[in-house]
Amino acid sequence: MPPESEEPALTPLGTTPTPPVRTRTGDIIHTAPEFAIGEADVRSAELHQTTLKGTSLWRDAWRRLLKNRLAVFGLIVVCLILVASLAGPYVISHTTGYSYDFIPKDSKLVKSFAPFIAPDGSFSWTHPMGTDNAGRDILARVLIGGRISLMVGIISTFVSLLIGISYGATSGYLGGRADNLMMRIVDVLYSLPYMMIIIVLLAMFGGRSPLGQLVLLFIALGAVSWLTMARIVRGQVMSLKNQEFVLAARATGVSTSRIIFRHLVPNTLGPVIVYATLTIPSVMLQEAFLSFLGLGVQAPLASWGSLAADGIQNIAIFPWQLIFPGVTMALTLFSLNFLGDGLRDALDPQMRKV
Amino acid sequence: MSSNGHTLLSVKDLRTYFETEDGTVKAVDGISFDLQKGETLGIVGESGSGKSVTNLSIIRLVPRPPGRIVSGEVLFHGQDIMALADDDVRKIRGKRISMIFQDPMTSLNPFMRISKQLMEITQLHLGHTKSQAYEHAIHMLELVGIPDARTRVDSYPHEFSGGMRQRVMIAMALSCQPELLIADEPTTALDVTIQAQILELIKRLKEQTGASVILITHDLGVVAGMTDHIIVMYAGKVFEQAPTHELFDCPGNPYTKGLLRSVPDPAHEAGTPLYQIPGLPPDVAHLPAGCPFAPRCERAEEICTREYPPFVQLAREHFSLCHFAEEVYAQSCRERDAAQNEVSETVEPIDHQATNGQTRTKNA
Repeated sequence: MPPESEEPALTPLGTTPTPPVRTRTGDIIHTAPEFAIGEADVRSAELHQTTLKGTSLWRDAWRRLLKNRLAVFGLIVVCLILVASLAGPYVISHTTGYSYDFIPKDSKLVKSFAPFIAPDGSFSWTHPMGTDNAGRDILARVLIGGRISLMVGIISTFVSLLIGISYGATSGYLGGRADNLMMRIVDVLYSLPYMMIIIVLLAMFGGRSPLGQLVLLFIALGAVSWLTMARIVRGQVMSLKNQEFVLAARATGVSTSRIIFRHLVPNTLGPVIVYATLTIPSVMLQEAFLSFLGLGVQAPLASWGSLAADGIQNIAIFPWQLIFPGVTMALTLFSLNFLGDGLRDALDPQMRKV
Repeated sequence: MSSNGHTLLSVKDLRTYFETEDGTVKAVDGISFDLQKGETLGIVGESGSGKSVTNLSIIRLVPRPPGRIVSGEVLFHGQDIMALADDDVRKIRGKRISMIFQDPMTSLNPFMRISKQLMEITQLHLGHTKSQAYEHAIHMLELVGIPDARTRVDSYPHEFSGGMRQRVMIAMALSCQPELLIADEPTTALDVTIQAQILELIKRLKEQTGASVILITHDLGVVAGMTDHIIVMYAGKVFEQAPTHELFDCPGNPYTKGLLRSVPDPAHEAGTPLYQIPGLPPDVAHLPAGCPFAPRCERAEEICTREYPPFVQLAREHFSLCHFAEEVYAQSCRERDAAQNEVSETVEPIDHQATNGQTRTKNA
């Protein structure tokens, strides 16, 4: 409901016409409504509409990202791997009948075949990456491993975003003693040997159920990687909070929590997105490390780390058991890093060194 | 100030200090004034004289830790804002007292659509639903003369020019029909043609809504046509306080006289240098014992550096902080009369009552 009824005193300025003015020479000048002085603005507004239409910050960034070949390559590879690991296992189990944990009944098949080699030694499309010691299809396992690895990367990063942003933004906005205390806590957590803590956590509480192990992994990795996120967000918020728009928001009576989460946090999104895309590969690497040590994902579920751990035992005889998961993981991490770098250049053009 | 009408805001002995490494900076040091309903008050002074801090103090927005409101009362409708709980102050901010800031380029959130920023206020204070707030936002944009408001309301601030952003700020400030609008140098960051538009807009909207306005500026030309009363601040203190025409006609303080003389005048003779007050504003952390203006004052005598000047009443609503206030006042009044006689001899008789502070143009 337009609230005109509540404020009869207010009329749009543009609607108060002034009578035509007759100059000394007799010409009648139709002065525009009282707001003729704003004519320049009107014109510039029209100009804006025709020339600047739809140029948003994000669209600009997207355009810059598309110009960066490595970043586009990274984006495409990441998307392909994402799609493949989501859809791949279904496709494989429907075409070849092999799923990631399918162990053939025939004992002759329970051994590691090389890629594209059928049990009788002829060429075959059944196992493009070969099979492992138990005769399981490595491609299916790599794709399922990708699912787990990406899930760990994304969910842990999300957890770290959630904690890091709220913690860092609050600390940065409050400043003073609260900030000091909150950041010293971060410093203390930083100085703890977190890998050891994760290992202890996983060794103590893990192993009861595969799902429990996974959840524990998410929490453990997320709880560690929010520290840097908190620092980044805090720094951003500290530089933003003295800007006039924050004062203006306070002057209109907006509450502190709303200023932090509605006004300041969106302004930090650029660096946060960049850091998040770079956190995903680092978390995935940590997951791989833990799984490699046998603390992460438990068989028959697979992650790239656990596949590599399996493969390394037979590296001399069956190198494909290590090569395929290893290469897939390296490719993904490369791509994510390229994408992250590209995003940083795109979202923060001033930072870019030409 | 005038005793008739309803006193909207009454500031009594406001003191805001900042603790710095260099000592205590007395940014606002004992300011008192009254503001009547519907009246416009101008606060004038050089940079660093405490104008902005005074107004941030009124709605308790002085940044704490360094800043501290040491003493004083700010009575808004007789209620002391200084004594209110934080939540209650927040309910006043933006709803009953709102502010326009100096730089429209930075006072809008670059990541929020204009509509969102306008809607936030009315949703917060008037309890509007989303659609009500949206319509109100469009209405407010139309009110401040943004063309094609309905399509432009969803723009981001960077799509607007400086003048239009300041209009958006005004629309925001007036969304809840506040009783008091504090405009902190609203035109400083704008170019001269836009300045005139914005001032005209504030004046019009003030007349339409009946709001009181506090206009902070360092530009005497800006306050001349818009205000009823003027406070001249220097080093955190009120140096002179008078109705606008009185201040322009008969300034009772050497500092005010200096300010008036340094206003550029189109009729100013080419080649002669423009007057400027010698020296720089003092370091408010280390003020001298006497009058803070004494080192720069043309009229200063030995007593000025020794004794703090008295706050002298010159007329019913005219006060000046100076040892020689009466003398300066008498002299300016004589100068005015002389100028008027000159004008009335050469042009036509002027009704003395109707002269409204255009001394500068008459001198030409």
